[in-house]
Parts: sequence; structure tokens; C-alpha cells
Amino acid sequence: MNLEHLARTVAIVPAYNEVAAIGRVVDEIRAFDPAIDVVVVDDASTDGTADKAEVHGATVLRLLFNVGIGGAVQTGFRFALAEGYERAVRLDGDGQHDASELGKLLAPIERGTADLVIGSRFVDSGSSYRPPLGRRIGIRVFARLVSILGGQRVTDTTSGFLALDRVGIELFAAEYPHDYPEVEATLVALRSGLRLSQVQVEMRERESGASSITFVRSLYYMVKVSLALLVASLRRYPRLAGAPR
Amino acid sequence: MTPLRVSIIGVVASVLLILVVLELIRGRRLKERYALLWLATGAVLLVLSAWREALNTIAGWLGVTGYPPAVLFAVATLFILLVLLHYSTVLSKLTDENVDLAQRIALLEELVARLRVPRIPAD
Repeated sequence: MNLEHLARTVAIVPAYNEVAAIGRVVDEIRAFDPAIDVVVVDDASTDGTADKAEVHGATVLRLLFNVGIGGAVQTGFRFALAEGYERAVRLDGDGQHDASELGKLLAPIERGTADLVIGSRFVDSGSSYRPPLGRRIGIRVFARLVSILGGQRVTDTTSGFLALDRVGIELFAAEYPHDYPEVEATLVALRSGLRLSQVQVEMRERESGASSITFVRSLYYMVKVSLALLVASLRRYPRLAGAPR
Repeated sequence: MTPLRVSIIGVVASVLLILVVLELIRGRRLKERYALLWLATGAVLLVLSAWREALNTIAGWLGVTGYPPAVLFAVATLFILLVLLHYSTVLSKLTDENVDLAQRIALLEELVARLRVPRIPAD
């Protein structure tokens, strides 16, 4: 990996009570490329996640109270904007995103062919990832909806594994949904004129903790996201010019 | 025709509502901007309770022939819905502002920690 090209890249890692996993997540990003600045956004964890991340060399942004995954991630985007980073990647704090795949995610950004790159589990149909039926249907339905409303085929709208250039950082720093954000954010990006690219990635099983989407919450999830998509397609978004290069 | 007793109770209740709201404003426990809808509710209910002819006429327009005071309940319900909806918008705004503040504090704390020069013992 050419260090020169990654000189101004920040890795944003939202974390809520991930003390068991966060150290390794930070280590793996630093091992992939020591030039990437790792920023852990601690969403008011009560298990010492923030201190653990700091010990492993991450910059830590500590939220006063729990604001939800979207609000936490947005804190990272606002940091990236304020500190002038050219590129940002986002990985989950639970270790399900493999830092060694970051090269694939950053490649289209480096080539200047995309503003937003999403690590998708479904670009290749031969992917090994087989979620439970209910979730698979949900992912499919939202992918279809976003594809139709956004005017570009999207295969995985629930992935939180992504890379952004400066244009993408600016958009998400200003506008990012606060809970269950990924699906809506993808549509907002498309409607704002961002160039979206998808690359095939593998995701690991969770190392610890529980998925934030439990069975009881899935109904709320479906309704909330559907409403958000409907509203997002009725709203007007200023078209952003492509990144100057 | 509206029973007289219903009209009297309606007047007393709406006057009470207006007085309580005014007292809350006076004691600075309620901001004027959040009190306006409550005062409007009290005023409309007061007028419809005291002016029995008007209530009957409106009930006639709406096709409520059996029991005119039903219109009083309907109007009260409508206003309560308006107040609740208004509070939902206030709550949403407060939520957004809260998250924005939490984010800014997180960013500023990190910045302060980074900029703070380590204290060197003065000897």
C-alpha cells in the first residue's frame, strides 16, 4: 500500500459497549496502514470502551449521552470535516468489518471515480454471507426501494462498511439520520448526486456483544426506515458538484 | 338544546383552564409560546359553553341533532390533538439540538485535550 496516497485518511469507528472487541479493531486498522488516523466515537459506553480505545492509540470522541449509531457516526464525519481529512472510512466497533478489506474500499476513491464506496455483501451472488431469511428479505426489499428511488442499482443498503471522499464527508457531516441510518443515508447520497460505488466484501460474525437490531426492534426498524425513505424521496436535496480533482 | 347545567360546567371548566395557564405563565413555569394554544383552547371552549345559541347553530350545521354538547367535546378533542402535535414538533427539535450539542462537546473536548499544554512543574 502506498502510504503517500493515504496520508489524509481517517477511520471512524462508532462503538457502544464494545470493550472486548474495540482494541483489536483499532489494532487491525493501524496494522493495515499506520498512516490512517483512527477515531473511535464512544456513544456513552459504560464498560470502559473509550479508555480501551485510547490505550490502543485511537483518538477518542466521547459523547455525553447515548445518541444512537447514526448520531455517533456523524460525530466522526464532523471531526473529519473540521480536521480537513480528504478521505474517511467507517468500520463498526464490534469487529465485523475486516480492516484488511480497506484497500478495496479506498481504491475507487483514490482513482477519483466515486464519492461514496459501500462494502457490499451481495455484489457477487457467490458470496458466502447468508443472513437469516427475515433479514435477507428486509435487506433485499430496501435495496430494491433505494435502487428505484435513487436511480442506481444498490445491492446492500444495510452495510455500515464504507469509504468517503471530501464531498461525501461534507454531505454526511451536515446530514445523517440518527437511528438506523444506513439505508436512508444511501438514498440521501444518491439524491444529492454523489457517485456511488460498491465493492464485494466479506463480513465476519460478531466477535462479542449483540447486534443492535434484535427481533423486537425489527418491526420498528422496517417502519421507521420505510417512512424515512418515503420522506427522503419527497424532499429536495441540493445536487453536490463532484469532487474537484 | 344544551342542558343549562352542561353550559355552566363548561364555562367554569374553561375559565379554570385559562386561570391555571395564566398563573403558570405568571410564575414563569410556562413559556408564553407554549401557552398560546392552551389559552386558545380555553377561549374557544368558554365561548361555545356560554353562548348556547351559537353551540346549537354549529351543531345544526354539523348534523348533530340529538345532543349539541357533543360538539363541545369534539372541539375540545381537536384542540388537545393540536397541542399534542405541537409538542411532538417541539420534542423533535429539542432532540436534534441535544444531539448537536453532544456532538459539539465531544469534538471540543477532544480538541481541548489535544491543545492543552502539559503542565510543567515551575521549579
